[in-house]
Amino acid sequence: MIGRLWHWGWGLVRDIWFVLRRPSVHFSLGFLTIGGFLAGIVFWGGFNTALEVTNTERFCISCHEMRDNVYEELKTTIHFTNRSGVRATCPDCHVPHNWTDKIARKMQASKEVWGKIFGTISTRDKFLDKRRELAEHEWARLKANDSLECRNCHDFEYMDFTRQNARAAEAHSTYLAAGEKTCIDCHKGIAHQLPDMQGVPGWDAVHSFYMEVPNNSAGDRLQRLARALRETPPANASTMSD
Amino acid sequence: MSRLRGFSPILAAGLLAAAIPLIGGIALIGIAAAQEVAVSDLRDGVPPTEEAAPPPIFNEINDDKRRARNYPEQPPVIPHNIRDYPITLNANKCLTCHTREFTAQSQAPMISITHFMDRDSQILATVTPRRYFCTQCHVTQADAPDLVENQFMPIEEILRAFREQDGEEPNP
Repeated sequence: MIGRLWHWGWGLVRDIWFVLRRPSVHFSLGFLTIGGFLAGIVFWGGFNTALEVTNTERFCISCHEMRDNVYEELKTTIHFTNRSGVRATCPDCHVPHNWTDKIARKMQASKEVWGKIFGTISTRDKFLDKRRELAEHEWARLKANDSLECRNCHDFEYMDFTRQNARAAEAHSTYLAAGEKTCIDCHKGIAHQLPDMQGVPGWDAVHSFYMEVPNNSAGDRLQRLARALRETPPANASTMSD
Repeated sequence: MSRLRGFSPILAAGLLAAAIPLIGGIALIGIAAAQEVAVSDLRDGVPPTEEAAPPPIFNEINDDKRRARNYPEQPPVIPHNIRDYPITLNANKCLTCHTREFTAQSQAPMISITHFMDRDSQILATVTPRRYFCTQCHVTQADAPDLVENQFMPIEEILRAFREQDGEEPNP
Protein backbone atom coordinates (compact mmCIF):
# COMPACT_ATOMS: atom_id res chain seq x y z
CA MET A 1 0.00 0.00 0.00
CA ILE A 2 2.68 2.45 1.10
CA GLY A 3 4.88 1.27 -1.75
CA ARG A 4 2.16 1.96 -4.29
CA LEU A 5 1.52 5.42 -2.86
CA TRP A 6 5.21 6.20 -2.98
CA HIS A 7 5.34 5.00 -6.57
CA TRP A 8 2.41 7.22 -7.52
CA GLY A 9 3.81 10.29 -5.75
CA TRP A 10 7.26 9.92 -7.26
CA GLY A 11 5.69 9.46 -10.69
CA LEU A 12 3.76 12.71 -10.27
CA VAL A 13 6.90 14.64 -9.32
CA ARG A 14 8.73 13.21 -12.32
CA ASP A 15 5.93 14.10 -14.72
CA ILE A 16 5.84 17.69 -13.46
CA TRP A 17 9.60 17.96 -13.74
CA PHE A 18 9.50 16.76 -17.38
CA VAL A 19 6.78 19.25 -18.22
CA LEU A 20 8.78 22.07 -16.67
CA ARG A 21 11.94 21.12 -18.52
CA ARG A 22 10.39 20.93 -21.99
CA PRO A 23 9.98 24.06 -24.09
CA SER A 24 6.40 25.21 -24.51
CA VAL A 25 4.55 23.66 -27.47
CA HIS A 26 1.20 25.45 -27.38
CA PHE A 27 1.91 28.87 -25.80
CA SER A 28 3.91 31.67 -27.35
CA LEU A 29 6.89 33.25 -25.65
CA GLY A 30 4.99 36.55 -25.47
CA PHE A 31 2.04 34.93 -23.73
CA LEU A 32 4.32 33.22 -21.25
CA THR A 33 6.39 36.31 -20.41
CA ILE A 34 3.55 38.86 -20.30
CA GLY A 35 1.24 36.33 -18.64
CA GLY A 36 3.93 35.48 -16.13
CA PHE A 37 4.47 39.15 -15.43
CA LEU A 38 0.77 39.78 -14.89
CA ALA A 39 0.41 36.67 -12.75
CA GLY A 40 3.40 37.89 -10.75
CA ILE A 41 1.68 41.20 -10.09
CA VAL A 42 -1.46 39.40 -8.96
CA PHE A 43 0.43 36.98 -6.74
CA TRP A 44 2.65 39.64 -5.25
CA GLY A 45 -0.30 41.94 -4.69
CA GLY A 46 -2.15 39.11 -3.02
CA PHE A 47 0.80 38.25 -0.83
CA ASN A 48 1.29 41.82 0.22
CA THR A 49 -2.40 42.34 0.87
CA ALA A 50 -2.50 39.23 3.04
CA LEU A 51 0.61 40.44 4.85
CA GLU A 52 -0.94 43.82 5.49
CA VAL A 53 -4.11 42.21 6.80
CA THR A 54 -2.00 40.55 9.48
CA ASN A 55 -0.61 44.01 10.17
CA THR A 56 -3.81 45.53 11.48
CA GLU A 57 -5.06 45.97 14.99
CA ARG A 58 -8.27 44.16 14.07
CA PHE A 59 -6.23 41.09 13.18
CA CYS A 60 -4.21 41.30 16.40
CA ILE A 61 -7.22 41.50 18.67
CA SER A 62 -9.06 38.74 16.85
CA CYS A 63 -7.24 36.51 19.35
CA HIS A 64 -8.60 36.75 22.88
CA GLU A 65 -5.05 36.68 24.27
CA MET A 66 -4.34 40.09 22.74
CA ARG A 67 -7.85 41.51 23.08
CA ASP A 68 -8.34 40.72 26.77
CA ASN A 69 -4.84 41.53 28.01
CA VAL A 70 -2.62 43.95 26.18
CA TYR A 71 -5.35 45.70 24.19
CA GLU A 72 -7.44 46.35 27.30
CA GLU A 73 -4.39 47.83 28.99
CA LEU A 74 -3.56 50.01 26.01
CA LYS A 75 -7.04 51.55 26.09
CA THR A 76 -6.34 53.68 29.17
CA THR A 77 -3.04 55.10 27.95
CA ILE A 78 -2.18 58.22 26.01
CA HIS A 79 -1.26 56.13 22.99
CA PHE A 80 -4.90 55.11 22.65
CA THR A 81 -6.89 58.18 23.62
CA ASN A 82 -5.71 61.78 23.88
CA ARG A 83 -6.68 65.34 23.04
CA SER A 84 -5.74 65.28 19.36
CA GLY A 85 -7.00 61.81 18.47
CA VAL A 86 -3.77 60.61 16.90
CA ARG A 87 -3.23 57.07 18.11
CA ALA A 88 -0.91 54.13 17.80
CA THR A 89 -2.24 50.73 16.79
CA CYS A 90 -0.48 47.45 17.67
CA PRO A 91 1.69 47.16 14.51
CA ASP A 92 2.78 50.81 14.75
CA CYS A 93 4.95 49.86 17.70
CA HIS A 94 5.40 46.12 17.36
CA VAL A 95 6.08 45.59 13.64
CA PRO A 96 8.97 47.32 11.84
CA HIS A 97 7.80 49.45 8.93
CA ASN A 98 10.82 48.67 6.78
CA TRP A 99 10.05 45.73 4.45
CA THR A 100 13.02 43.45 5.19
CA ASP A 101 12.72 43.94 8.94
CA LYS A 102 8.99 43.46 8.67
CA ILE A 103 9.41 40.08 6.92
CA ALA A 104 11.99 39.06 9.51
CA ARG A 105 9.61 39.98 12.33
CA LYS A 106 6.76 38.16 10.59
CA MET A 107 8.86 35.02 10.39
CA GLN A 108 9.61 35.31 14.09
CA ALA A 109 5.90 35.73 14.68
CA SER A 110 5.35 32.19 13.42
CA LYS A 111 6.28 31.19 16.95
CA GLU A 112 3.28 33.18 18.13
CA VAL A 113 1.10 30.95 15.95
CA TRP A 114 2.64 27.99 17.77
CA GLY A 115 1.86 29.66 21.08
CA LYS A 116 -1.70 30.27 20.00
CA ILE A 117 -2.21 26.63 18.99
CA PHE A 118 -0.81 25.25 22.22
CA GLY A 119 -2.38 27.93 24.43
CA THR A 120 0.86 29.27 25.89
CA ILE A 121 -0.89 32.37 27.23
CA SER A 122 -4.49 31.22 26.87
CA THR A 123 -5.47 32.45 30.35
CA ARG A 124 -4.78 35.66 32.25
CA ASP A 125 -2.65 33.81 34.78
CA LYS A 126 -0.53 32.15 32.12
CA PHE A 127 -0.10 35.52 30.46
CA LEU A 128 0.98 37.21 33.70
CA ASP A 129 3.47 34.42 34.36
CA LYS A 130 4.99 34.93 30.94
CA ARG A 131 4.77 38.71 30.85
CA ARG A 132 8.32 39.39 32.01
CA GLU A 133 9.75 37.18 29.26
CA LEU A 134 7.53 38.73 26.60
CA ALA A 135 8.34 42.24 27.80
CA GLU A 136 12.04 41.50 27.77
CA HIS A 137 11.81 40.43 24.12
CA GLU A 138 10.25 43.77 23.23
CA TRP A 139 12.73 45.78 25.32
CA ALA A 140 15.61 43.93 23.67
CA ARG A 141 14.18 44.51 20.20
CA LEU A 142 13.65 48.24 20.78
CA LYS A 143 17.03 48.60 22.43
CA ALA A 144 18.72 46.89 19.46
CA ASN A 145 17.04 49.06 16.83
CA ASP A 146 17.45 52.30 18.85
CA SER A 147 13.71 52.50 19.55
CA LEU A 148 12.95 52.68 15.85
CA GLU A 149 9.20 52.21 16.28
CA CYS A 150 9.02 55.08 18.78
CA ARG A 151 11.00 57.28 16.43
CA ASN A 152 8.67 56.58 13.51
CA CYS A 153 6.44 59.18 15.17
CA HIS A 154 8.59 60.83 17.85
CA ASP A 155 11.41 62.22 15.73
CA PHE A 156 14.25 63.64 17.79
CA GLU A 157 15.12 66.12 15.02
CA TYR A 158 11.78 67.87 15.49
CA MET A 159 11.57 67.82 19.28
CA ASP A 160 11.11 71.31 20.68
CA PHE A 161 12.71 71.28 24.11
CA THR A 162 11.13 74.63 24.93
CA ARG A 163 7.72 72.99 24.70
CA GLN A 164 8.73 70.18 27.02
CA ASN A 165 8.68 70.47 30.75
CA ALA A 166 11.98 71.05 32.51
CA ARG A 167 12.57 67.42 33.47
CA ALA A 168 11.82 66.08 30.00
CA ALA A 169 13.94 68.72 28.26
CA GLU A 170 16.84 67.99 30.60
CA ALA A 171 16.76 64.24 29.98
CA HIS A 172 16.19 64.51 26.23
CA SER A 173 18.85 67.13 25.63
CA THR A 174 21.50 65.11 27.46
CA TYR A 175 21.07 61.32 27.61
CA LEU A 176 18.98 61.01 24.45
CA ALA A 177 20.84 63.61 22.41
CA ALA A 178 24.19 62.00 23.22
CA GLY A 179 22.86 58.60 22.18
CA GLU A 180 23.69 57.38 25.66
CA LYS A 181 20.14 56.20 26.14
CA THR A 182 17.31 55.34 23.83
CA CYS A 183 13.56 55.84 24.34
CA ILE A 184 12.86 52.39 25.80
CA ASP A 185 15.53 52.78 28.48
CA CYS A 186 13.30 55.19 30.38
CA HIS A 187 9.88 54.79 28.79
CA LYS A 188 8.99 51.25 29.77
CA GLY A 189 5.41 50.24 30.40
CA ILE A 190 3.94 53.30 28.71
CA ALA A 191 1.35 51.37 26.70
CA HIS A 192 0.90 48.20 28.74
CA GLN A 193 1.24 47.23 32.36
CA LEU A 194 4.65 46.19 33.61
CA PRO A 195 5.77 42.76 34.77
CA ASP A 196 7.59 42.26 38.05
CA MET A 197 10.55 44.62 37.55
CA GLN A 198 12.95 42.93 39.94
CA GLY A 199 16.43 43.07 38.42
CA VAL A 200 15.55 45.54 35.67
CA PRO A 201 18.13 48.37 35.66
CA GLY A 202 16.63 51.58 37.00
CA TRP A 203 13.66 49.83 38.55
CA ASP A 204 15.42 47.37 40.79
CA ALA A 205 15.91 49.43 43.95
CA VAL A 206 12.18 49.37 44.40
CA HIS A 207 12.19 45.69 44.99
CA SER A 208 14.97 44.99 47.40
CA PHE A 209 12.50 45.03 50.27
CA TYR A 210 11.19 41.75 49.00
CA MET A 211 14.59 40.21 49.51
CA GLU A 212 14.50 37.95 52.53
CA VAL A 213 17.62 38.14 54.66
CA PRO A 214 17.04 36.54 58.06
CA ASN A 215 18.53 38.83 60.69
CA ASN A 216 20.85 36.21 62.13
CA SER A 217 22.40 35.45 58.73
CA ALA A 218 23.02 39.06 57.62
CA GLY A 219 26.36 39.27 59.44
CA ASP A 220 27.63 36.03 57.89
CA ARG A 221 26.64 37.15 54.45
CA LEU A 222 28.33 40.51 54.84
CA GLN A 223 31.55 38.80 55.90
CA ARG A 224 31.40 36.41 52.95
CA LEU A 225 30.79 39.35 50.64
CA ALA A 226 33.74 41.28 52.11
CA ARG A 227 36.03 38.25 51.63
CA ALA A 228 34.87 37.83 48.04
CA LEU A 229 35.48 41.53 47.35
CA ARG A 230 38.99 41.43 48.75
CA GLU A 231 39.78 38.66 46.30
CA THR A 232 38.14 40.30 43.26
CA PRO A 233 37.41 44.00 43.65
CA PRO A 234 34.42 45.02 41.49
CA ALA A 235 34.86 47.51 38.68
CA ASN A 236 31.89 49.51 39.89
CA ALA A 237 30.85 48.93 43.47
CA SER A 238 27.38 50.36 43.02
CA THR A 239 26.31 47.76 40.46
CA MET A 240 27.01 44.69 42.50
CA SER A 241 24.09 42.74 43.79
CA ASP A 242 23.41 40.52 46.75
CA MET B 1 -78.31 68.74 71.67
CA SER B 2 -78.69 71.88 73.62
CA ARG B 3 -75.13 71.60 74.77
CA LEU B 4 -73.84 71.25 71.33
CA ARG B 5 -75.88 74.17 70.37
CA GLY B 6 -74.33 75.91 73.38
CA PHE B 7 -70.89 75.05 71.94
CA SER B 8 -71.83 77.84 69.66
CA PRO B 9 -70.81 78.51 66.07
CA ILE B 10 -68.77 81.49 67.21
CA LEU B 11 -66.39 79.38 69.20
CA ALA B 12 -66.14 76.87 66.35
CA ALA B 13 -65.36 79.64 63.90
CA GLY B 14 -62.72 80.99 66.28
CA LEU B 15 -61.04 77.59 66.59
CA LEU B 16 -61.04 77.14 62.86
CA ALA B 17 -59.55 80.60 62.34
CA ALA B 18 -56.76 79.73 64.76
CA ALA B 19 -56.15 76.28 63.26
CA ILE B 20 -55.72 77.33 59.63
CA PRO B 21 -52.56 79.43 60.08
CA LEU B 22 -51.25 76.86 62.55
CA ILE B 23 -51.62 73.98 60.12
CA GLY B 24 -50.33 76.14 57.31
CA GLY B 25 -47.33 77.14 59.41
CA ILE B 26 -46.50 73.54 60.26
CA ALA B 27 -46.75 72.63 56.60
CA LEU B 28 -44.40 75.49 55.65
CA ILE B 29 -41.87 74.48 58.31
CA GLY B 30 -42.11 70.95 57.00
CA ILE B 31 -41.30 72.07 53.45
CA ALA B 32 -38.44 74.22 54.68
CA ALA B 33 -37.05 71.34 56.70
CA ALA B 34 -37.32 69.04 53.70
CA GLN B 35 -35.34 71.55 51.66
CA GLU B 36 -32.70 71.90 54.33
CA VAL B 37 -32.03 68.18 54.67
CA ALA B 38 -31.61 67.77 50.88
CA VAL B 39 -28.32 65.85 50.85
CA SER B 40 -25.71 66.72 48.28
CA ASP B 41 -24.82 63.50 46.50
CA LEU B 42 -22.36 62.43 43.86
CA ARG B 43 -24.95 63.01 41.18
CA ASP B 44 -25.16 66.66 42.25
CA GLY B 45 -28.94 66.82 42.02
CA VAL B 46 -29.20 65.27 38.57
CA PRO B 47 -32.16 62.86 38.57
CA PRO B 48 -31.16 59.21 38.23
CA THR B 49 -33.03 59.03 34.94
CA GLU B 50 -30.76 61.61 33.35
CA GLU B 51 -27.16 61.51 32.24
CA ALA B 52 -25.03 63.95 34.23
CA ALA B 53 -22.52 66.11 32.37
CA PRO B 54 -19.29 65.74 34.33
CA PRO B 55 -17.28 68.88 35.09
CA PRO B 56 -14.18 69.41 32.94
CA ILE B 57 -10.99 67.71 34.08
CA PHE B 58 -8.36 70.25 35.04
CA ASN B 59 -4.85 69.78 33.74
CA GLU B 60 -2.25 68.74 36.26
CA ILE B 61 0.21 71.47 37.16
CA ASN B 62 3.44 70.49 35.42
CA ASP B 63 5.94 73.24 36.14
CA ASP B 64 8.32 71.27 38.43
CA LYS B 65 8.34 74.12 40.98
CA ARG B 66 8.35 73.07 44.61
CA ARG B 67 5.40 74.26 46.68
CA ALA B 68 5.67 75.38 50.29
CA ARG B 69 3.99 72.97 52.66
CA ASN B 70 1.01 74.36 54.55
CA TYR B 71 2.22 72.65 57.73
CA PRO B 72 5.45 70.78 58.40
CA GLU B 73 3.93 67.31 58.33
CA GLN B 74 2.17 67.85 55.01
CA PRO B 75 3.28 65.35 52.37
CA PRO B 76 4.85 67.49 49.60
CA VAL B 77 2.59 67.82 46.59
CA ILE B 78 3.65 66.55 43.16
CA PRO B 79 4.46 69.46 40.83
CA HIS B 80 4.40 67.37 37.66
CA ASN B 81 2.24 65.16 35.50
CA ILE B 82 1.94 61.53 36.60
CA ARG B 83 -0.46 60.19 33.98
CA ASP B 84 0.04 56.43 33.49
CA TYR B 85 2.78 56.19 36.10
CA PRO B 86 2.43 52.63 37.41
CA ILE B 87 2.49 52.20 41.17
CA THR B 88 1.81 48.51 41.57
CA LEU B 89 3.34 45.56 43.31
CA ASN B 90 5.30 44.94 40.11
CA ALA B 91 6.64 48.40 39.42
CA ASN B 92 6.80 51.90 40.85
CA LYS B 93 7.57 54.65 38.35
CA CYS B 94 8.01 57.35 41.00
CA LEU B 95 10.89 55.49 42.61
CA THR B 96 12.82 55.34 39.34
CA CYS B 97 13.69 59.00 40.06
CA HIS B 98 13.01 59.57 43.76
CA THR B 99 14.96 56.70 45.35
CA ARG B 100 18.29 57.61 46.91
CA GLU B 101 20.20 55.80 44.19
CA PHE B 102 18.79 57.78 41.25
CA THR B 103 18.46 61.29 42.66
CA ALA B 104 21.79 62.51 41.29
CA GLN B 105 20.83 61.48 37.80
CA SER B 106 17.24 62.73 37.99
CA GLN B 107 17.77 65.74 40.32
CA ALA B 108 14.51 64.75 41.98
CA PRO B 109 14.04 65.15 45.75
CA MET B 110 14.87 61.94 47.60
CA ILE B 111 12.11 60.15 49.47
CA SER B 112 12.54 61.22 53.09
CA ILE B 113 14.21 59.13 55.75
CA THR B 114 10.81 58.37 57.29
CA HIS B 115 10.11 56.34 54.17
CA PHE B 116 12.83 53.88 55.14
CA MET B 117 11.38 53.28 58.60
CA ASP B 118 9.00 50.51 59.45
CA ARG B 119 6.34 51.04 62.09
CA ASP B 120 8.78 50.16 64.85
CA SER B 121 11.08 52.97 63.65
CA GLN B 122 13.61 50.45 62.38
CA ILE B 123 15.51 51.72 59.33
CA LEU B 124 15.30 49.41 56.33
CA ALA B 125 17.61 49.22 53.32
CA THR B 126 15.10 50.76 50.92
CA VAL B 127 11.59 52.15 50.95
CA THR B 128 9.38 50.49 53.51
CA PRO B 129 6.30 48.70 52.17
CA ARG B 130 3.95 50.98 54.12
CA ARG B 131 5.33 54.01 52.27
CA TYR B 132 5.45 52.35 48.88
CA PHE B 133 2.16 53.58 47.43
CA CYS B 134 3.13 57.21 46.83
CA THR B 135 -0.25 58.61 45.79
CA GLN B 136 -1.84 57.60 49.08
CA CYS B 137 -0.33 60.81 50.45
CA HIS B 138 1.32 62.71 47.59
CA VAL B 139 -0.98 64.20 44.99
CA THR B 140 -0.73 66.33 41.89
CA GLN B 141 -2.22 69.81 41.84
CA ALA B 142 -4.65 71.55 39.53
CA ASP B 143 -5.30 75.26 39.08
CA ALA B 144 -8.94 74.87 40.04
CA PRO B 145 -11.39 76.56 42.40
CA ASP B 146 -11.70 74.99 45.85
CA LEU B 147 -14.40 72.36 46.06
CA VAL B 148 -15.14 73.37 49.64
CA GLU B 149 -14.48 76.80 51.07
CA ASN B 150 -12.07 76.70 53.98
CA GLN B 151 -10.41 79.17 56.28
CA PHE B 152 -7.16 77.36 56.88
CA MET B 153 -4.32 79.57 58.11
CA PRO B 154 -0.73 78.41 58.34
CA ILE B 155 0.68 78.61 61.86
CA GLU B 156 2.93 81.57 61.08
CA GLU B 157 -0.05 83.62 60.02
CA ILE B 158 -1.86 82.74 63.22
CA LEU B 159 1.15 83.75 65.31
CA ARG B 160 1.39 87.06 63.45
CA ALA B 161 -2.31 87.65 64.04
CA PHE B 162 -1.83 86.94 67.76
CA ARG B 163 1.00 89.42 67.95
CA GLU B 164 -1.05 92.05 66.20
CA GLN B 165 -3.87 91.42 68.69
CA ASP B 166 -1.40 91.86 71.52
CA GLY B 167 -0.44 95.20 70.05
CA GLU B 168 3.09 94.21 69.22
CA GLU B 169 4.75 95.22 66.01
CA PRO B 170 4.85 92.30 63.57
CA ASN B 171 8.28 91.02 62.67
CA PRO B 172 9.85 92.84 59.72
